[in-house]
Amino acid sequence: MSVATRADSAIPAESASPLTKRRPFGDRSFQVLCLAAGLLVLVILVLIAISMTQQSTTWFTTQGWSGVFSTDWDPAHNKFGAVPFIYGTLVTSAIAIVIAWPVSVGIALLLTEVVPRRFSRPIVYVIDLLAVVPSVVWGLWGILVLAPWLQKIYQDIASGLTGVPVLSTFFGGEGVSGASFMTAGLILAVMITPIVTSLSREVIATVPTIDREGAYALGATRWEMIRGAVWPHSQAGVIGAVLLGLGRAMGETIAAALVIGSSPTITTHLFSTGYSMPAVIANEFGEATVGVFRAALIGMGVLLFVITIIINLSARAIVGRSVRRARGA
Amino acid sequence: MMAIASEQPTVDLREPSGWRRTKNQIATVGMWIAFVVMLVPLGFVLFTVIAKGASAITWQFLTNSNIPVNVLPVNYGGIGPAVYGTLVITGFAALLAIPLGVLGGVYINEYGGNHVLARVINFFADVMTGVPSIIMGLFIFTIWVLHFGYSGLAGSFALACLMLPIVIRSTYEMLRLVPDSLREASYALGATKARVTVTVVLPAAIGGIVSGALLAVARAAGETAPLIFTILTVQSLNKNLFSGANTALSTLIFQNATQPYTGAQARAWGSALTLIAIAFILMIAARLVTARFARYSQ
Repeated sequence: MSVATRADSAIPAESASPLTKRRPFGDRSFQVLCLAAGLLVLVILVLIAISMTQQSTTWFTTQGWSGVFSTDWDPAHNKFGAVPFIYGTLVTSAIAIVIAWPVSVGIALLLTEVVPRRFSRPIVYVIDLLAVVPSVVWGLWGILVLAPWLQKIYQDIASGLTGVPVLSTFFGGEGVSGASFMTAGLILAVMITPIVTSLSREVIATVPTIDREGAYALGATRWEMIRGAVWPHSQAGVIGAVLLGLGRAMGETIAAALVIGSSPTITTHLFSTGYSMPAVIANEFGEATVGVFRAALIGMGVLLFVITIIINLSARAIVGRSVRRARGA
Repeated sequence: MMAIASEQPTVDLREPSGWRRTKNQIATVGMWIAFVVMLVPLGFVLFTVIAKGASAITWQFLTNSNIPVNVLPVNYGGIGPAVYGTLVITGFAALLAIPLGVLGGVYINEYGGNHVLARVINFFADVMTGVPSIIMGLFIFTIWVLHFGYSGLAGSFALACLMLPIVIRSTYEMLRLVPDSLREASYALGATKARVTVTVVLPAAIGGIVSGALLAVARAAGETAPLIFTILTVQSLNKNLFSGANTALSTLIFQNATQPYTGAQARAWGSALTLIAIAFILMIAARLVTARFARYSQ
């Protein structure tokens, strides 16, 4: 008893014991600080939506819905229709996805199923390297090196395919340019490959070893094992990863601004010059000092924000659900 | 496969038939081709940047405090203002975003538990990493530049918005790996939660947190879109981060890429090599930190 009493009296009254009800001030303020830092994310997202919408209202009020969603883009005559840019964004990111999807899934399968762990590390480093090359460097290379080189190839393809049904709509005909929808799509594909690859790899890695071994035990070849065991398990997650890549491709600005050709045209001809939402914002913002022009560009930013948020929300939901289900199984 | 399942379950132990083996080989070759398809543009861009950029780079090129007019060849002046701008603007952004991001990650993992708020913050931090960087630039333009004018500080804010969710997420992922037994041992010694977090949990995860933060800085250093709306561009050195227009390597490259003059283009290639070097150094530093702490924890 006396020992216990001595020990009790040795502890100062304000000591931090988890048994005391009131936690010390420093402890509570640290918690509040952490909470505030976390809330900052929500605050920024809300502020983005409010401040940018505010700055773009004159675009909607002066043009109306029909003006905003028209194909007319002529700043000199106060015509600010967003459709050519929405179209360009969709076309370039579609090209990017069509190329990046198989390439990324191929590399992800290579890393998880084919190459031994020892050798997969360097491959991952190379992918990281690709992710760290800045967007503006891709753009610089795209416009000064890639576009002039592609121009000749485009011309050959275009003259070869003119008159061929279906293909001619996309690749044939006049007006071939090195800086085009296609060049922008190619560069975007390279830029989103690292993220799609690493997310696909994450999803494919959740396939239980027992499923793989089961397939092999039935005498499956590696490819049959992938089709029978890996595919069904990871399909949803891979689609989520591709959607995230799509979000990145749509918002990618500087590379697209440099290689897309900067003309607001709507055409099915993929070798023709075009324009995309982020590209027009970046290229024209300096000219748009006041008025509706600037409001229109910021308004396109709002559209882009809303579209990418929706894509990201659905992609995260898909990836999250498939990873959770895989862990639960 | 379906046919086998519905019939008598016999195990086929024979060697795979020729066609099945061929299909397997085609698939494997396809995967390697995918890797090569990715390697080609990477190798091509790195080769071009080094080949065209290396000849531009001299000490004077990197440090001269005046960017000459576009028509002048590359041996006039230098890109000092852009190097300074990139380092200082990115550095200040890191100073803002890393502490806040780490605290946010601490909130989600240490305090949030399974609360709805923590889950919401975690989810939206994840979503925010996918918000295009151009949006961050426009956001800081509308909320800061319209009232206080262009400055390096505005650029730092935009880059910080970009880095914040990345740092939060990577901190959270690292803290999740810290075993609960460490926390419980410290609580048993009578430490408060704040003390446990700062002196036990964070040090245990510091390697991963630092390397995640460095990768976020590497990504931010190469960004252009957030800067063109916030710092504008200048030709001579502006040492003041807090007022007046500034410039950075990325915005300089963006400007010069569309110039017809060989001098301007050479300056763009030189700046591109410098920018890639900065980003790679940060990435290698992150790798070294990870490797060092991985060894440490073993």
